[in-house]
Amino acid sequence: MKVTLTVNGSHRELDVPPLMRLIDALRGPLGLTGTKEGCAEGECGACTVLLDGDPVCSCLVPVGQCAGRSVTTVEGLGSIDHLAPLQRMFVDHGGAQCGICTPGMLVAAEALLRRTPKPTEAEIREGLAGNLCRCTGYQRIVESVKAAAELRGDRGEGAA
Amino acid sequence: MAASDDTRVRPAPREPAGANEGSGLVGRRGRALIAPRVTGQVRYTDDLALPRMLFGRLVRCPHPHARIVGIDATRALARPGVVAVITGKDLPERFGIIPWTPDEYPLALDRARFVGDAVAAVCATDERAAHEAADLVDVEYEILPAATDLDGAIARPEVGLGRAGTDNVSKEVALAFGDVDGLLAASDVVVEGEIHYEGSAHAPIETHCALAQLDKNGLLTVWSTTQVPHYLHRELSRVLRLPPTRIRVVQPPIGGAFGGKSEPFSLEFCAAKLAMVTGRPVKFLYTREEEFYAHRGRHPMRIRMKVGAMADGTLTAVDAETAIDGGAYSSFGLVTSYYSGQLLTLPAFAQAYRFKSTRYFTNKPPCGPKRGHGSVQPRFAFETALDKLAVALGLDPIDLRRRNLVPPDSTTLNGLRVTSNGIAQCLDAVESASGWAERRGKLGVGRGLGVASSAYISGTNYAIYPNDMPQSAVQLKVDRSGVVTVFSGQSEIGQGCDAMLAVIVADELGLDLGSVRVVSGDTDLAPVDLGAYSSRGTFMNGNAALSAAREVRHKLVAAVAEKLGVTPREVLVTRGALCVAADPARGVPVTEAIALAEAKFGTLGAVGFYNTPKLGADYRGGTIGASPAYSFTAHVAEVAVDLETGKVDVVRVWAAHDCGKALCPTAVEGQIAGSVYMGAAEALFEEHVIGKDGLHLGPNLLDYRIPTTLDVPDIVPLIVESDDPEGPRGAKEAGEGPLHPSIPAIANAIFDAVGVRIDRLPFSPSRVLAALRAAARARPAAE
Repeated sequence: MKVTLTVNGSHRELDVPPLMRLIDALRGPLGLTGTKEGCAEGECGACTVLLDGDPVCSCLVPVGQCAGRSVTTVEGLGSIDHLAPLQRMFVDHGGAQCGICTPGMLVAAEALLRRTPKPTEAEIREGLAGNLCRCTGYQRIVESVKAAAELRGDRGEGAA
Repeated sequence: MAASDDTRVRPAPREPAGANEGSGLVGRRGRALIAPRVTGQVRYTDDLALPRMLFGRLVRCPHPHARIVGIDATRALARPGVVAVITGKDLPERFGIIPWTPDEYPLALDRARFVGDAVAAVCATDERAAHEAADLVDVEYEILPAATDLDGAIARPEVGLGRAGTDNVSKEVALAFGDVDGLLAASDVVVEGEIHYEGSAHAPIETHCALAQLDKNGLLTVWSTTQVPHYLHRELSRVLRLPPTRIRVVQPPIGGAFGGKSEPFSLEFCAAKLAMVTGRPVKFLYTREEEFYAHRGRHPMRIRMKVGAMADGTLTAVDAETAIDGGAYSSFGLVTSYYSGQLLTLPAFAQAYRFKSTRYFTNKPPCGPKRGHGSVQPRFAFETALDKLAVALGLDPIDLRRRNLVPPDSTTLNGLRVTSNGIAQCLDAVESASGWAERRGKLGVGRGLGVASSAYISGTNYAIYPNDMPQSAVQLKVDRSGVVTVFSGQSEIGQGCDAMLAVIVADELGLDLGSVRVVSGDTDLAPVDLGAYSSRGTFMNGNAALSAAREVRHKLVAAVAEKLGVTPREVLVTRGALCVAADPARGVPVTEAIALAEAKFGTLGAVGFYNTPKLGADYRGGTIGASPAYSFTAHVAEVAVDLETGKVDVVRVWAAHDCGKALCPTAVEGQIAGSVYMGAAEALFEEHVIGKDGLHLGPNLLDYRIPTTLDVPDIVPLIVESDDPEGPRGAKEAGEGPLHPSIPAIANAIFDAVGVRIDRLPFSPSRVLAALRAAARARPAAE
């Protein structure tokens, strides 16, 4: 079945079974391996992507449901030459260690900051509660998001 | 911001660093080369795909203990897409990470010993076909009696899981130092207790994965989520009966390991064998459920411990008896058994010590090393015993520890050589940061503070397989463009060893971090390093890198001295340039220095290696636990206990860690925080329970509760620098030591808050509530 969708701002057309998981479409035919699979059952959040701006576990979403919609992955946030404020703050504040949860964490944080440009610490923790990290103890992640919120605020990048 | 951000505590004014040691990068806060990890561009093992790749799947035994009567793959092979099926008969060679206890087969040969033991492997053109085909492999089992817990293993030797088949014993260690009975009898107070630890899993977010390919030249390449590429290389060669010259192991960046990827697993052998059988690349990826069965996590232990003291708080003797539930195979069990006793004699200890540890086999998934291998459970028993002693003697628990500290530059009761030792500064740091003196006992009912301390190895001189070759090495390649490449056998598992190497080399040569590339974890490209375990990376590989970098540095200095007409002694390496110390305006940029040196000496490069000095005491097991240096840690935990529900909230943990020297403070603090988090998780949430039927009670991330952002304490990392005389630039480990005090500090804080001691982990609401009710019932009777 043909499925057309927008991925990181680009129009993409796929010929795949509609029940293929979104994560498999991303990592397979779309070549975007930045999105990670940690549990395949919606528990760890490593595969988080934005679907029309809302964070979803891409292991639980059939690609057929994404027809005509917009998907944002970690690759859509920024690149090595143009790190987004969130990405830069994760580097500067030690928000990533092994990095396997980081793509999902960044995407979830992006959703949070679009919704709540100046989140309190409690709001950050609530906003990232669906994303498990096994390395950092989360504190550095929370600090990274807080710093990114300030940076985005300064640049007027708050609400999208 | 920078000032308040700097949490480092320096013990005492130190001697100024040696003449021009480094160029100022070491110890600087800031980026640790992880930028690619935030862009989705790092390729982990499962991100790799090869043309014509097949997908593998293991067939796992559904019984805790069974004889394999026969395997029929007819139905599986008939399913479209299935390419091959192998069984134990295709890989009939035992392996095991410890050379004296090889007791595993890649696929069980005649007997499966736990639910989840692999008995066959299939591969197919797509993942779904592989999974379905695994269910179509018909295995006939004869069910055998099973022992699925410690009591069963002890009571029923006839299950016969031990080497001779007549008992279930995996390893027995009994050591004694000094007159334990005499000193206990003469003590003013003796406390006795028994603790239970049910086991926990590493649960990395990246599950195990392996990809194998046999190329046209007959070279087998195995990409694996391993933290020990060198050992994997050796074991693949032995089990596959292929010469090592035909095998290359590549370890891509790893998405969390924590000790759970430090030995070979079935999937690597099966991927390799199936690649050889089919001539196509084969990939295996464990599901989350398989990850829990494959785990090799922290051993369940039951520890009975007596600790005695005199009225002034001087510790007299420690007597410990430990039963260890090893699961179905040996794994690192020999070492675990020793570590359960040997690593307790620091930082505060007694005058006599006896321990007896027995590791039993059970029909459960095998246990292995998890962050703080073998020593986290006894640390809980000992540090809570110290707390009980402090209460009994009316002493401050921090002072009780101070009174019994093993000093720097000494030898412990069991013969461990101690050099740098910053534990006194660690205790001072947590005492002051937590407001211990002013706040303890004044927080009201339900809130309390607890302290604990610990020590851990920085590498070990026990090389797993005995040999006289270097335990760690690097090769440096210096390019005339100004790029220096570090080839290292170390495994970057998220702990930051690549960054550590880059900082050491860049600092030594006056380069910026962007000019140093690190190529690690590839047996074809890098010299041998034994792997990322035993907290050995910084100390051993760092020393190897430092020695190689110094050789290059001497050449740069010599070439620059000649050019400027001064003696080498007068040349200073600064960031970006080498200049005359007395006249810094006279100098040359590093890139030019490299060109001058290449012109003078020829192509530039160097190797560096490290071996521990001879360590350890002269008795059987006296080298296990012997390390070139020890790290030290103290925690104060603050908890709030809900008296209605029994829920414990760890509000904050102050964690002071003596890492010798923080080469990258941001990374060290990250390791401290990650350790505190993982320990607190074991204290409050995580319980790896296998039922009587051998089934895991919740092999998923909902039932096996790893903490979320909402469950973690506020963590205050405090770096203590004791400047180790043998560590690279004074550095020691930071990745495992800081975990040890977590559990006892929280346990002691719970006692301070509500007056109950809970000796079974984790401290779940139901256990805390039961203890509170039992205490309430006991109270009127006592009055």
